[in-house]
Amino acid sequence: MARQPFIVDFLKNDKGGKIFVSILLVTMFVVPALNLLVPADSFFHVPTYTVTLLGKYLSYAMLAIALDLVWGYCGILSLGHAAFFALGGYAMGMYLMRQIGDRGVYGNTELPDFMVFLNWTELPWYWQGFDMFWFAMIMVILVPGLLALVFGWLAFRARVTGVYLSIITQALTYALLLAFFMNELGFGGNNGLTDFKDILGYDLQADTTRVSLFFLSALFLILTYFLCRFIITSKLGRVVVAIRDAEDRTRFIGYKVESFKLWIFVLSAMIAGVAGALFVPQVGIINPGEFSPLNSIELVVWVAIGGRATLYGAALGAVIVNYSKSYLTAAFPEVWLFALGGLFLLVTIFMPKGVIGLWNQMRLKLQGKKQPIAENKIE
Amino acid sequence: MRRDKVFDFVEQKRLPFSGRRTVIPGEIDVTHGPILYLENISVSFDGFKALNDLTLYINDGELRCIIGPNGAGKTTMMDVITGKTRPDTGSAYFGQTMDLTRMSEYQIAHAGIGRKFQKPTIFPQHTIFENLELAMAADKRVWPTLFAKINTAQHEKIIEVMDTIGLTELCYERAAQLSHGQKQWLEIGMLLMQNPRVLLVDEPVAGMTHQEMDKTAELLKSLAGKHSVVVVEHDMDFVRSIASTVTVLHEGSVLAEGTMDEVQNNPKVIEVYLGE
Repeated sequence: MARQPFIVDFLKNDKGGKIFVSILLVTMFVVPALNLLVPADSFFHVPTYTVTLLGKYLSYAMLAIALDLVWGYCGILSLGHAAFFALGGYAMGMYLMRQIGDRGVYGNTELPDFMVFLNWTELPWYWQGFDMFWFAMIMVILVPGLLALVFGWLAFRARVTGVYLSIITQALTYALLLAFFMNELGFGGNNGLTDFKDILGYDLQADTTRVSLFFLSALFLILTYFLCRFIITSKLGRVVVAIRDAEDRTRFIGYKVESFKLWIFVLSAMIAGVAGALFVPQVGIINPGEFSPLNSIELVVWVAIGGRATLYGAALGAVIVNYSKSYLTAAFPEVWLFALGGLFLLVTIFMPKGVIGLWNQMRLKLQGKKQPIAENKIE
Repeated sequence: MRRDKVFDFVEQKRLPFSGRRTVIPGEIDVTHGPILYLENISVSFDGFKALNDLTLYINDGELRCIIGPNGAGKTTMMDVITGKTRPDTGSAYFGQTMDLTRMSEYQIAHAGIGRKFQKPTIFPQHTIFENLELAMAADKRVWPTLFAKINTAQHEKIIEVMDTIGLTELCYERAAQLSHGQKQWLEIGMLLMQNPRVLLVDEPVAGMTHQEMDKTAELLKSLAGKHSVVVVEHDMDFVRSIASTVTVLHEGSVLAEGTMDEVQNNPKVIEVYLGE
């Protein structure tokens, strides 16, 4: 018994993870250097626009990892995960709104422009405190977490599973979409929150701020990976996979399945919230469109394309799909949705384990080994 | 000997409002013999009576076989004992004090009732070792599970059980790669890891070769005494080879009970099995 399968030495047996983290570490330093230190007319200069775009991809990658945690490992197909991302984004957006101060169109020191426009005279109670960065950051984690807690508690306790759960998560994000469209709710309605000026006193348009935000996105992505990796290599991680593969068995050997599902769901929602908070200052706007059910479905496609239950596969999928999206929507705007649908079909039929699964298969073939018999259970 | 007739009424703690007895976890009172009391249990699904006034006692340390034609209510009975199905009427007690109808699945598992399903149900993506590790008696709440480490005693326990079920060499193989019979054993091994007082074993030899069947019979017999073992099985030769007492279920209630010979010569049983 020399080998023990439960070493919590994250990257020791995690070749993919090593590569993933190394690439991120290199990008995290090289891209800022190429932007700030290399002169703008040089071939090697990375324009700030690209840096921000990359930062956006990284926050999407973080969201994808959050979904992979609940879908890939626990078998909960959440079709409303973008809602947690958007809530985190709104919390960050509220902080950024308060930072505008009297630089808005109406020059009101207290109220954001849209509230002045609505003839509101004072700040609603739920906007209090968002002028403080630390408070906003707590809300970034707390609000998505609380929503996931309440929603998950109701759903998992009632043993809602499979496609029914997916449908109610869609309903959840759709309900939030409709709610945030309303002006009276006090989140800027249709237009959302935008025209941000600065964050912690730094100008959001400055190259250094943008590069820092990119750097932070990469850093948080790495931290998220470590956290998730720690969880899935722990005994709790094995219980979660056990729930995915044989829920009843898990229950009858004495685990309270509902608690485990709830725990992982809430954690995942919190990670999604942080991803949203990193996303908003980089794109400069958050509006109800982020709650759109389509976003959550696209998110599932990223994870499926990358490869479920690998974590880094989900991140890879997010980057691949979003890069294609940026390219295709610019080059051939009308084909994007068809391309996305086609991609999803191809992946489901030919690469059920995504890009990472395909890669592993090819490697095994090259080494002349037999394919492992055990197939991941497909939801 | 009904459970309520042997109650030590004077000492009973009762809940203030409902007047029902408290569930005392961890205390299995078998001073009166039986470890499982099923009394007048009825369960119906959409008008179909899966269990009909079933009354059955299992003694502590006993090896009991339960047989009966399809639809006799064998699996439903196990569902009631393990908390998966709530009875419409009747009571199910574990020892004298634990009301199974008011406990959830995981609480019942913690109290000491382990269950093997009809279709072998193991965790296919986990190794044999991990399957046993997950089943192992431990603090199974969320946070302790996140930081759980295996200690030496637990490691030895896993190895001991792996020896018992003969899967030591396959320790780090994924469970999905096991043969049908090996999966059945792994599932029994997982039950053993829980240190249960009662083992409910649903069709343990389905799909097994004769050799495997003999091994399984030996295993189950060796478990009786330390544990109470309840086996639901169709294979009569197998039942004959292990059982001291056999209970025949029919249409949701007990038709006959006794040794295998008594049961086989019982005219009611013959009628049910051979048809009118």
